[in-house]
Amino acid sequence: MVKDSFIILVLIGVAFILANLFAGFTGNIDLSAVANHYAENGPEEVGSANLVTAVVVTYRGLDTLGEVTILFLSAAIVGFFLKVENKDHKNRELKYTSEILNTASQILVPIMLLFGAYVFINGHLSPGGGFQGGAIIASGLVLMFLAQPKKAIGHKLINIVESISGVSFVLLGVAGILFASGFLDNKILSLGRFGTLFSAGLIPIIYIFVGLKVGSELTGIGLSLRENQDEA
Amino acid sequence: MLNIILAIFLGILILVLAVMAVQNKNIVVSIIAAGAVSLFASVLYLLLAAPDVAMTEAAIGSGLSTIIFFYVLNKIKRQDG
Repeated sequence: MVKDSFIILVLIGVAFILANLFAGFTGNIDLSAVANHYAENGPEEVGSANLVTAVVVTYRGLDTLGEVTILFLSAAIVGFFLKVENKDHKNRELKYTSEILNTASQILVPIMLLFGAYVFINGHLSPGGGFQGGAIIASGLVLMFLAQPKKAIGHKLINIVESISGVSFVLLGVAGILFASGFLDNKILSLGRFGTLFSAGLIPIIYIFVGLKVGSELTGIGLSLRENQDEA
Repeated sequence: MLNIILAIFLGILILVLAVMAVQNKNIVVSIIAAGAVSLFASVLYLLLAAPDVAMTEAAIGSGLSTIIFFYVLNKIKRQDG
C-alpha cells in the first residue's frame, strides 16, 4: 500500500513537470540558424538529394562514426559473454520448423537482402541509408537462421566483413582530411549531377561500408544468440 | 485532418499495447506486444514525415529486437527447466 502511494506520488510529480512544460510550449515555426544553413546550402555543398543523409554522413559524420563504434562495442560484448564451448551441437534437439516459415523464408530472404542493399546504395537519394539498410539485411539473415536452425554460418566471414568495412570507413574519413577540407568530407570525388546514383561524392561509398558494418554486427549478435541456445 | 485522426488512433493503440506488454503475465504475449508497439510507432513516424527514423524503428524495434527477446526467453527457459 505504501509502495503504491509512492508510485502515485511520483506519477503526480511527473505530470506536474510535464504540465508546466506543456503550458509554456510554443511551436517552432522558423528553422534554427544551423538547420536553415543545412536546408539552404545542403544541396549545393553536399550534393545529396536526401538532406537527412547530408546531415548524418557529412555535416555530422563524426557522430555517425560514434554510433557505429557503440554498435560495434555492444556486438563485441554480446560475442564475448556468449562464448560457445559446445561446438558440435550433437546433443542438440531441434524442434521441427514449420513448412510455412521454411517456404516463406526461401522466397523472402533474397528479396530482403536485395532491398537492404538497395536502401544503403540509394541512401543519398531516397529515405534510408547505411544503418537502415544494414538492419534490413540483418533481419533477413536472422530470418534465415530461424528457418534453418541446422545451417552453419561461420563467425569468421562476418568478422572479416565487419572489420574491413569499419577500417575503410575510418580511412575514407582520414582521406577527407588529406584531399578535401576535413574529416569525412565527401568532396574527394566530384559531386556529379544532383539526384543521380553517382552523385554526392563519397556518400554512397561511405554508406555501403556503414551498411555492411551494421548488417554484419547485428547478424553477429543474432548468430551468437542462436549458437548459444544450448549452452548452460 | 485524416492524418491527425490516424495519429491519435495510433497513439492510443501504442499506449494500450505498452500497458499490455508490462502487465501481461505471459511473457510471449508481452514480447509480441512490445514488438507491435515498435511497429505502430514506425507508422506514426511515417505520418510525422520522418521516413528515415521509421525504417530504423521497423527493422530494429519490431524485427530484430523481438527475435532477440525470443532467443533470450528460450535460453532462460532451458536453464530453468
